[in-house]
Amino acid sequence: MNAIVTDKDTSSADLDRLAAIAEDVVRLARAKGASEADAAASVDLGLAVGVRLGEVETVERTRDRGVSVTVYFGKRKGSASTADLDPKSIEQTVEHACAIARHTEEDPANGLADPALLATTIPELDLWHPWDITPEEAIRLGIEIEEAGRSHDPRIDNSDGASVQVGASLTAYANTLGFVGTERGTSHTLSVALIAEDAAGMQRDYWYDSVRRASDFASAASIGRKAAERTVARLGARRLSTRDCPVLFVPEVARSLVGHFLSAASGGALYRRASFLVDHVGKALFPRWMQIVERPHIPRGHGSTAFDSEGVATRDSDLVRDGVLARYILGSYSARKLGLQSTGNAGGVQNIVVQPGSDDLPALLRRMGTGLLVTELMGQGVSLVTGDYSRGATGFWVENGEIAYPVEEITIAGNLRDMYANVVAVGRDVDPRSHILTGSILLERMTVAGE
Amino acid sequence: MSDLIAVAERQLLSPGGLATRDLDGVFARLMGPSIDAADLYFQHSRSESWVLEDGIVKDGSHSIEQGVGVRALSGEKAGFAYSDEIVLPALVEAATSARAIARAGSNGVGKPLAIASARALYAPVDPIDSLSNEAKIAVLREVDAACRAADPRVKQVIVSLAAAVDTVLIAHSDGTLAADVRPLVRMNVQVIAEANGRRESGSSGGGGRYTFPELLENGRAHAFAREAVRTALVNLDAVPAPAGNMPVVLGPGWPGVLLHEAIGHGFEGDFNRKETSAFAGMLGEKVAADGVTVVDDGTLAARRGSLSIDDEGTPTNCTVLVENGVMKGYMQDKLNARLMGQRSTGNGRRESFAHLPMPRMTNTYMLPGERDPGEIIASVKRGLYAVNFGGGQVDITNGKFTFSASEAYLIEDGKVTRPVKGATLIGSGADVLKRVSMIGNDLKLDEGVGVCGKDGQSVPVGVGQPTLKIDGMTVGGTAA
Repeated sequence: MNAIVTDKDTSSADLDRLAAIAEDVVRLARAKGASEADAAASVDLGLAVGVRLGEVETVERTRDRGVSVTVYFGKRKGSASTADLDPKSIEQTVEHACAIARHTEEDPANGLADPALLATTIPELDLWHPWDITPEEAIRLGIEIEEAGRSHDPRIDNSDGASVQVGASLTAYANTLGFVGTERGTSHTLSVALIAEDAAGMQRDYWYDSVRRASDFASAASIGRKAAERTVARLGARRLSTRDCPVLFVPEVARSLVGHFLSAASGGALYRRASFLVDHVGKALFPRWMQIVERPHIPRGHGSTAFDSEGVATRDSDLVRDGVLARYILGSYSARKLGLQSTGNAGGVQNIVVQPGSDDLPALLRRMGTGLLVTELMGQGVSLVTGDYSRGATGFWVENGEIAYPVEEITIAGNLRDMYANVVAVGRDVDPRSHILTGSILLERMTVAGE
Repeated sequence: MSDLIAVAERQLLSPGGLATRDLDGVFARLMGPSIDAADLYFQHSRSESWVLEDGIVKDGSHSIEQGVGVRALSGEKAGFAYSDEIVLPALVEAATSARAIARAGSNGVGKPLAIASARALYAPVDPIDSLSNEAKIAVLREVDAACRAADPRVKQVIVSLAAAVDTVLIAHSDGTLAADVRPLVRMNVQVIAEANGRRESGSSGGGGRYTFPELLENGRAHAFAREAVRTALVNLDAVPAPAGNMPVVLGPGWPGVLLHEAIGHGFEGDFNRKETSAFAGMLGEKVAADGVTVVDDGTLAARRGSLSIDDEGTPTNCTVLVENGVMKGYMQDKLNARLMGQRSTGNGRRESFAHLPMPRMTNTYMLPGERDPGEIIASVKRGLYAVNFGGGQVDITNGKFTFSASEAYLIEDGKVTRPVKGATLIGSGADVLKRVSMIGNDLKLDEGVGVCGKDGQSVPVGVGQPTLKIDGMTVGGTAA
């Protein structure tokens, strides 16, 4: 199982082997008395190379394997996992799961997915693009990226290094409803973090690209240059006095605003009543022009998948339509808890597309006029229970649509409910590096705390 | 220690037909031209968790992982490979892959392995079996009932019990042969309370390197239940937090996450060797107010952040980071210590065999001062009193850090008045500790819940401090 580093791609045979393991596990669980069971088997392979100041720093080869099983004895449940794919360990793992199910209590919501929802056809999603790069080539590429950044500006005087990461994962899922599915996908990342210094001190920033297919990467030179530009742009950062003002989030941080929405709309938070979106389906949450759609089958998409972690078929579906929360994000368990049907989201969301607007970043800056452009967020100060939001921020103060100066050591605060209701615009500058596809997001007003 | 070696050998090596004497042969392949050092890290982990929710014990899981990580070091370079099969061919393959990093240069030779000695800070027990499954479930039910009985506004209770045991065997080319059996248990309680259409959560928990019976001593489970309910109810009455710069009084114990973020990470050897830390080159300089002494202490018995030996086989230490306001030392692993001409401080840690070790914290805390906590609060005209926190984060290079309060109050005219909603506090590490103006006499360590993340690796840690007054810090609320 070395698909990445050998000429021969053995992934088809490897997937068959994983599927056989998952099916064996399910059969074994039945033999041990489980009324229902499901199992997943996976292999993740990778190469990670780190360079710093023109020299290789780390070369890591990774291979992680795992089998997990969930057994049901009627409505009682137990789970277990092992990283050892040896038949004896797998049998012990099934026994551990059964032993746990003897002690858990009946939960009417427990069980496999509704058979009618299981995937029957598997669309080709173009996710498998092994990258045959040798460690030596990866080292050279990393050095090239770092050098492009270091040579871009004399104020760049140190580096946290560049990395080249190659990854491939193979998974198989089987359950006692007769479903067996396999998926394979590759994911590769280039990144670099640089340090610049002036009389006021040091600043660090980074840039990266992440793709399914190596030929889709931005050029090494552009990644290094972008990291350098971002780093030197932070030099001379000031604080702000405490004020209320409009806030514009660049796409890579706007993503987190969408992420909080997704977490709060997820079944687990809802049935626990640990979400500010309890009882919000059908209610207006965003402005009327806002659309958020889940699109699981985007070719080479970071979150693309044909079926969720219970084998339920994934499909295109609105999450927010004309500003109204169209549905929750549910797997079978949380769906049953809420008296609803699975939305094919066991294990999380797939690709989430926030419909882009027509403005690019400069146009959004002009639209904001005077306010805060946020390029980085720090800390965990977000409560999904109440929607209260308070995080550290770094970015730029903007005056009359133009960047005036960098700012740091400030916080931005509000409540997600108000923040969502007061989205002014979404940019067309969509960041393709994530399963959450959004442009910049402009909010009408937040509280900025500083000096 | 030789008992531990025998235990680890039985658990890790024997099943694959290996013994510690075979490891010298692996080193013979690992070492060679331009390899300065190499190590092998064998690990077997077993963990179990139980969760109660909606009044029923609805889920449990069990997990086993094992493998060996092989690292070869050449100057600043590290070659690393691991295998989840502990057999000789896999070890040799990983060794070949790891040492491919080095091509030419001087000839490193491994020293013969000798058993290293260290004091044991916890018993080599498997805590999973320290309590019957029936008894674990009874505890979960008891805590659930206690939370619900405490107040009718409690609408949801989630209780979990988790236990893990790690058996590790470490062989290093400097001759170190060391083993450890590391138990870890934890209980968590989260409640959601509702009143007048408003919902708030509160949580509590704790644990350490011991067994379940020890975790449950002295009614600690009930104390967690009371604390989680109390926090949720306090938050139901919370008003918006203030925004702006103001005096902040931090309570004792877990608020020590301040130290972890404000200075801890910046004192890790790797960031200082690379001069990417805001504290690089500041040894001997004043970085905090007079009276501020901060240590990283991995030697506290049975605490969550403690280790008898680190993941490179070095016995842990109590390392003084700041003494009376002056920066005194770094936290080091073997690689960064060697490159900086220092000694490892026993802070080389890794999440697992599949991760490279690096300098990490253990239990980081500030020593107590002489002030009465009441006197500290009374000294504040208008400010924030923050007693509990969620997580924090730091930018090592510019020193900016945040940590987010989960329970806080206004101080008005020297008195603690209304509870305020959670808010993020932000500051600069090099600056905030210089503004510590009063240090309490009430040093407390946290309950044993900390997890620290660095470069994608998580390890258990501890923090602590006495009540502290910081003269000015930015509070990220929404109220004027």
